[in-house]
Amino acid sequence: MSTTTTRGVAQPAPAKASPARPRRGLRSNATLNFWLFTGPFLIGLVIFVFVPIGWSIWLSFFDARYTVTPSNFVGFDNYRQILTNSNFPDSLLTFTIFAAFIVPTTWALSLGLALLVNQLRFMRAFFRSVFFLPTAVSYVAAALIWKMSLFTGVRFGLANTVLGWFGVDNIAYLSNPSPPWYWVVLVSLRLWIQSGFYMILFLAALQNIPAELYEAAEIDGAKRGWQTFWYITLPQLRATSTAVILLLLIAAYQAFDEFYNLITTKATWAQTPLMELYKAALGTNQDYGAGSAGAVILSLLICIVTLAQGKIMGFGRGEEAK
Amino acid sequence: MSAMSNSNWSRRSIFRAAAGMAAAGTLAACGGNNGRGGGSGSGTNLVQFFHAYGEAGTEQAIKRYAKAYSKANVSTTWITGTNFEAKLFSSLLTKQAPDVFEFHPQLQLIKSGQVADLSDIIDPVKSDFNPADINSHTVDGKIYGVRMIDDPQFFYYRKSMLEKAKVEVPTTLDELLEAAAKLTTDKVKGIDLGNDFTPVQGNLIWSAGADTLDANNQIAYHTDAVVQGLKQLRQLFTSGHVLLDAPTDWWDPSSLNQGLCAIQWGGLWSMPAMQKALGDDLGIFPFPKVGDNGKLSVTNGGWSMFVNAKGKNVEAAKAYVKWLWIEQKKYQEDWALSYGFHVPPRSSIAAQATKLKSGLPAEAVKLFTDYGHFDNIAWDQTMITALNDVIASSVRKGGDPEAALDACDKKVDVELKKLFG
Repeated sequence: MSTTTTRGVAQPAPAKASPARPRRGLRSNATLNFWLFTGPFLIGLVIFVFVPIGWSIWLSFFDARYTVTPSNFVGFDNYRQILTNSNFPDSLLTFTIFAAFIVPTTWALSLGLALLVNQLRFMRAFFRSVFFLPTAVSYVAAALIWKMSLFTGVRFGLANTVLGWFGVDNIAYLSNPSPPWYWVVLVSLRLWIQSGFYMILFLAALQNIPAELYEAAEIDGAKRGWQTFWYITLPQLRATSTAVILLLLIAAYQAFDEFYNLITTKATWAQTPLMELYKAALGTNQDYGAGSAGAVILSLLICIVTLAQGKIMGFGRGEEAK
Repeated sequence: MSAMSNSNWSRRSIFRAAAGMAAAGTLAACGGNNGRGGGSGSGTNLVQFFHAYGEAGTEQAIKRYAKAYSKANVSTTWITGTNFEAKLFSSLLTKQAPDVFEFHPQLQLIKSGQVADLSDIIDPVKSDFNPADINSHTVDGKIYGVRMIDDPQFFYYRKSMLEKAKVEVPTTLDELLEAAAKLTTDKVKGIDLGNDFTPVQGNLIWSAGADTLDANNQIAYHTDAVVQGLKQLRQLFTSGHVLLDAPTDWWDPSSLNQGLCAIQWGGLWSMPAMQKALGDDLGIFPFPKVGDNGKLSVTNGGWSMFVNAKGKNVEAAKAYVKWLWIEQKKYQEDWALSYGFHVPPRSSIAAQATKLKSGLPAEAVKLFTDYGHFDNIAWDQTMITALNDVIASSVRKGGDPEAALDACDKKVDVELKKLFG
């Protein structure tokens, strides 16, 4: 999941065409060059993104059990079913709450890390790499480590060992949903994996803030620390913050891997929207119609949330939004 | 838009993963791990899906059998992880679908036309199979799968621990709760029912004198005794006497072997590993009675071979299944007895299974015969999942069992309507 959400950020900015002597043959035909360079990506985009989207919308209006090439048109029945007779609406609610928690926490943690690393006089590259490394770990691998060594329910799990020093009984973090310790496992895992990546984004933005602003503020009598952070750093980070929050929000709604591996589908709590869709379409029901209907609803929701957020925080209006 | 693309993306990636696995299987086949045997194969390629058995040597065994088959090149996809059914079901819709796969008899596979009728290969040897295994694979007189192994599931216990705590083998759920309490120490938990308690969901129903569905395929699990049983399981779950979130789950013998618990739910397949680790310090008993009209019960699970009816080589696949799972008794015996223990579904093989004739394995076979409940073909995956939710919400979450069963009824009724109209 994470790879797809970060795709937009990871893309390099379009390189400016070099004015210095382009090779012969490529010079004259700009259109050809355009298709040459964007073609492969566009083909992939069409085959793996646009066709499935269209197919999904089409499926959502059909009785598509055990098949992805159905013939029985059922109108909005699938939508009615997924919204009334399923756990899908619950999962949306659960994940709005999850997003409301994980988004600000990750934002704050990655900003904090970025500020700390930015302050470093030496070994900056080292710490930058260390904090970034977890991004390379897959959610599935991390979930297994969290489940089998950090948060096992037995006495020799790391968390229970530490608690044992203080005489606290063993806790079954994942099996027992009350109290909901599983959130500790899920949130700590997601923070660990995500923070480093967003830290890099913040770090880049921090280094782009002109030093003159701080100098001017100092001359005007602003105190270093909280005051400059609040009146200079934070406003200067606005564009990055908005992008980060947007990406975090989408990632939260798309949460699947770690929930699937830690909570499993044999629970009724902490089921993400994607898990419910997976259960409906792939898991056991094989009801691709209802699953697609849910996917369409989820996409619309994410679109709406994103647009609303853009409206409120001024995403896309760029620097002049300040 | 990225959300939609991504939810599709995940489906795609699952398909591709399945395709990748199939491709990996093909690549492995290039390495000589198939029946090609220097061109002796007829050129037909078959793919078979197996879930990952935990016992050492199982994967090699399945590939060895396949290699010995000369009429087709059979490649094996060995699916690790916990969700075999999801991977199987999703790949059945793609071009990379297996020709042959193992699963449990479930009516929706037949109603949806996903599995082929195997009557013609089974009929000649029908009388050699355990009648219950024939019955559980029969719909309207046609037999849709060949049983490979029967897997009784029951409680294992450490005799020494029960003796030390002066606990008798429990015969009622009340006694089981008491035993768990007495057996729990600061190092050892009393009992392990699997991390999510779902392995015993069928037993809770049978032991309460109810059934999943009745003879007319109507809901039969929603009784007062079952509700009572769910409440008792909830009590057990919160008692602190249960092993939860162990590194390995119920189907692995490690929890009992490593002394994490005194009683563990498990399958016959674990018995050789447990006997090796614990010697004589091992006993077994069926799921105890629930309520006043309770009965002892054992789950008779198992795996069967099915042929993908929509595959490209249905006849070749049937021929392979016939060759291996009907004709090659030596392999069938090897599969049932050489790795984990399984009860051979064919009486001619069971009669020669000396490993199951004495001691604890013989006791297990007796539990299998006396208290075992076989698969009900009409009780399909959707219903099993609905019942999983009952265990999750009433036993683990502490919700009202009555309400949880009502919710389950709704889902099961929808499914019954789809299956039987």
